[in-house]
Amino acid sequence: MTIEARFELHRPEFTLDVDLRIAGRGVTTLFGRSGCGKTTLLRCMAGLEPTATGRLVVGGDIWQDAATAVPPHRRAIGYVFQEGRLFPHLTVRGNLEYGYRRIARERRLVKPAEVSDLLGLEPLLGRRPHELSGGQRQRVAIGRALLTGPRILLMDEPLAALDAMSKQEILPYLERLHDELQIPVLYVSHALEEVVRLADHMVLMADGRVLAHGGLRDLLTRADLPLAHGQGASTVIEAEVRRHHDRHHLTELAFPGGTLMVSREDVREGQRLRVRIMARDVAISLSRPRDSSVLNCLPVRVLEVTADPHPGHVLMRLGLQDQVLLARITRRSLEHLGLVPDMAVHALVKGVAIT
Amino acid sequence: MFVDGISDQDLAALGLTLRLAAVTTVILVILGTPLAWWLSRTRARGKLVVEAVVALPLVLPPTVLGFYLLLLLGAQGPIQALGGPSLAFTFTGLVIGSVFYSLPFVVQPLQNAFASVGEATLEAAASLRAGPWDRFVTVVLPLSLRGYLTAVTLGFAHTVGEFGVVLMIGGNIPGETQVVSIAIYEHVEAVDYGSAHLLSALLLGLSFLMLLALYVLNGRFQLANR
Repeated sequence: MTIEARFELHRPEFTLDVDLRIAGRGVTTLFGRSGCGKTTLLRCMAGLEPTATGRLVVGGDIWQDAATAVPPHRRAIGYVFQEGRLFPHLTVRGNLEYGYRRIARERRLVKPAEVSDLLGLEPLLGRRPHELSGGQRQRVAIGRALLTGPRILLMDEPLAALDAMSKQEILPYLERLHDELQIPVLYVSHALEEVVRLADHMVLMADGRVLAHGGLRDLLTRADLPLAHGQGASTVIEAEVRRHHDRHHLTELAFPGGTLMVSREDVREGQRLRVRIMARDVAISLSRPRDSSVLNCLPVRVLEVTADPHPGHVLMRLGLQDQVLLARITRRSLEHLGLVPDMAVHALVKGVAIT
Repeated sequence: MFVDGISDQDLAALGLTLRLAAVTTVILVILGTPLAWWLSRTRARGKLVVEAVVALPLVLPPTVLGFYLLLLLGAQGPIQALGGPSLAFTFTGLVIGSVFYSLPFVVQPLQNAFASVGEATLEAAASLRAGPWDRFVTVVLPLSLRGYLTAVTLGFAHTVGEFGVVLMIGGNIPGETQVVSIAIYEHVEAVDYGSAHLLSALLLGLSFLMLLALYVLNGRFQLANR
């Protein structure tokens, strides 16, 4: 299944003009600054922007084109709004079942009990929305959307209105959704931490247009895109937990380019997870250092050296088998070490964050 | 003072008043709902004009309203010219007059209630597969219960207290168009203060109880529907 979305929308001082093919699996994040049109694109897909023109085809069904405009309530979407938008006059159970009762039996993908279980809503079922915390409300909103048996789940910054604690509370649930559900998710965010944790694909937006579209790792490390040059410039690596080293309280992770040691984490051996390596946490050494405190040293090849916003820095793209690692070093070190493309060097990784 | 008790004619006036208020309120809720919904949602320019017209009875002397209705409904009026009956001095005429007279008391609370439901909640309902009518019944109505309570109470109470419009288009036919407020006026004219007192006290008590009930229920709603 693929999703074909082409939309144009004109407003004073804002124009949306996008043409996208979205994967029918996994999480695609729409990433960009506030006001770049991410939310508007989502609203167009849901049919909530009546003045938008274009074409929307989901798994072969035309939801919108020049001749058709399926009204919002007949589109098989699940929409999670930024502010939850629960019905204040209904209990949690009433909210969850609102959409469920309105779809045909054969369209029901999950049962209310399963959703309650997946999102930990069982103890909340009898409560009213005003008795819930922000994180709980957002979990109900997600459950309510899933119960409509959507063919695509649209999530508009579901964590943006939450405090840091509630975010940490809800992210594991989103990861479970990612792992357990077959529904494609379009996830709007302007927070890179969420994106690197959840996304498979990424659509980079700016000023109502699509700047780039592709796999998360590609876009994060492309030197021609702003992501690699921002404060959060980083690489994401999919790794597997090999074992714990109890004596030093470390956890060893394996990935196709080698192994990484991180401070002991509460994870199972064999568990697959994502780690994020910030460009500013990677240093370069010509030889494998014997007298350094840095635990992780990976043999890499210099792919490319590009300018960084700060004139004293450069951004290096390093090849690690088929992965790309980013390193931000000083121009002085670049000259001192005589680093040029194709050189074999060692990347010293000072910090690894399990996301 | 209350030695004579209540006369049959006064009892009839009281019954007629309550019947008039009930019929008027039902009609106003039925007509006022779509009107208030339109006012709460439209961005049409005509909205301001319609709002002003709806609010007119708040400022207009009831006799002015009654006078024009008399011209409209009475003998040789346009309704009769089109083949309709003369509705002046009939119960139907009173109902029509009351509907205009109490219109803002029903439409305005409903409009405020509908407006406070907000587009965001309705979009959420649409994304959960509820069509327009379904959204109205299952989201807008339950969230507007307080508005309806206010509208019904004010519409009813205001119609009970009507005087000028009734006098202009209904006259004072006992059992047909004589309402309590006019009966009281009659008694005072006839210096029958006892009867006037009895009816006045009844009306005062009734109005107070209705408003008290409104405020009590409203408070309950506030607690239950925060």
